[in-house]
Amino acid sequence: MATGTAKTAPAVKQSRLARKALPYLLSLPALLMCIGILIPFFTAVYYSLLRYRLNLPAMKGFIWFQNYINFFSDPKFWNTLKISLVYAGLTVIVELVLGLMIALLLQRRTRFNNFVSILLLLPLMTAPALAALMWKLMTNPNFGILSYLVSLLGFPDMKWGSDPATALFTVTLVDVWVYTPFMMILLLAGLRSLPPAPFEAAALDGVPRSFVFFRITLPMLMPYILTATLFRLLDSIQQFDIIYAMTQGGPGDKLLVFQVQAYLDFFQATNVGRSAALMIILWAITYALSNVFIKQWLKLRERAHGVA
Amino acid sequence: MDHTSPLEKLIRAALLAIVIIFFMFPIAWIVLMSFQTNESILRIPPSLIFTPTIENYVALITGEMRTAAGSLKLDFMRNLWNSVLLSSASVAVSLLLGVPAAYAFARFKFRLGEDIAFTLLSFRFAPPLLVLLPLSLYFKTLGLTNTYIGLIWVYQLICLPLILWIVRGYFEDLSPDIEHAHRIAGYNWFQTFWKIAIPLALPGIAAAGLLAFIFAWNNFVFALVLASADKQPVTVGALAFVTASGIQYGQIAAAIIFSIIPTFVLAMFAQRYLVEGLSLGAVKG
Repeated sequence: MATGTAKTAPAVKQSRLARKALPYLLSLPALLMCIGILIPFFTAVYYSLLRYRLNLPAMKGFIWFQNYINFFSDPKFWNTLKISLVYAGLTVIVELVLGLMIALLLQRRTRFNNFVSILLLLPLMTAPALAALMWKLMTNPNFGILSYLVSLLGFPDMKWGSDPATALFTVTLVDVWVYTPFMMILLLAGLRSLPPAPFEAAALDGVPRSFVFFRITLPMLMPYILTATLFRLLDSIQQFDIIYAMTQGGPGDKLLVFQVQAYLDFFQATNVGRSAALMIILWAITYALSNVFIKQWLKLRERAHGVA
Repeated sequence: MDHTSPLEKLIRAALLAIVIIFFMFPIAWIVLMSFQTNESILRIPPSLIFTPTIENYVALITGEMRTAAGSLKLDFMRNLWNSVLLSSASVAVSLLLGVPAAYAFARFKFRLGEDIAFTLLSFRFAPPLLVLLPLSLYFKTLGLTNTYIGLIWVYQLICLPLILWIVRGYFEDLSPDIEHAHRIAGYNWFQTFWKIAIPLALPGIAAAGLLAFIFAWNNFVFALVLASADKQPVTVGALAFVTASGIQYGQIAAAIIFSIIPTFVLAMFAQRYLVEGLSLGAVKG
């Protein structure tokens, strides 16, 4: 760019053009990536409007919203919706309460607390599918250590994931094991970033601890709680790995959440239309949630980086 | 907080002990299992006293597995290699595409930039099967089913949003003044980007890369849908291994340990940046 003085004018003109095009050029691969994902997305929308079974290609045809209309009278669909919401609600509430408690326990910056908070990251770094396998080994009715331990407590025949009565409990346990550290680490970062002044003032005035917690800590921590909760809710309502690896959606229809049901519809029943319609409904739920989430997330991000 | 009574200290210590046991016990137990023979695993009651053996690991490395029905070939090392290849290639591609874009989003305010950045962010929260199922049909037509290239391409869905948003935050934290000074000194845009911006943001870029690697490594559903046995990473491979090996529990445990150690090691390196990475750059640790 450092050209001679005689050529200054055209060089500036050229560089101004280059300057305008530059950000577009730099983000072009990312843009292509977006398009590359939007194509299958719109294909899924299209599939959801088709009667489309891989095993019956002759029946393929455009049926508008029939797949969606069928859902209204389909108890299988309502079961999927119910179990997905129950799973997401249950896991996120337990993880939030546990995560907050652990974060409060580890709030002080001591060397031991920092060590424990790093140690607790290990479950979060375990692939959820492998975590499910680990718990499957521990809950095996023949030799699983947990089966043995609960038998000592008076439950000799606990079948864990393969019993309809305890299947949800079992996968929730795995989810809580993997993801509570996520809540803990975000809330801990939030707790440690709170300004000390209000707490010092409260301590000077001898304000009761429960009052400090509910009236100062909790409100000030709220942006972090909201962001972490919505983040987990978004992931949890689409949980696939843990449930598929643990029980493949069983026993029966006990754990057929959205993504597991769509996977089975596609690969076992080869009903592409129904599978796509299910995914579009799940997408609509997550899209609505993610809009709320992104607002919260941007607020926190602004606070952390100073710029939006 | 400084006036904690002994009773409160005791309760805190007890709660913390329960927390540590709950989260560490499964890992410790699987490690112990991986060093036991099947006979010792099946003993009731379970016992902590056993003669440790490395035969499970040896069987996995050699791929030769002795069962009651005879010897069986199982190539778990192949899964491990696939995980290494898929995760590192995906992160490399993602850094190549994502870092310049992150720089553009941080330094130039342009409408399209924000649109791309937020579209990619929203993909992070869309159900993966929504895209994967149609993609599996496209991949068949394009001949990309069960290829590394095809998998690396869809793995961008995991890596790119992460890298884009974390690295963008790092560039935004850098004052542009240094870059302006460098430009005035007569260097062109690319030289400034390469010699000034990248080195300054390097810790953030490295952390984002490590995190993206961990997420790619831990992914399950992409390869489950798009890959067959010879291209599958450890997450899918371990599940298939359970079905194939039947009751070789010690080897299953060893396979799990093999598969989680790389992410554990990387997480230790990246732990200073984990909070920031896990929140996609919204919270700093």
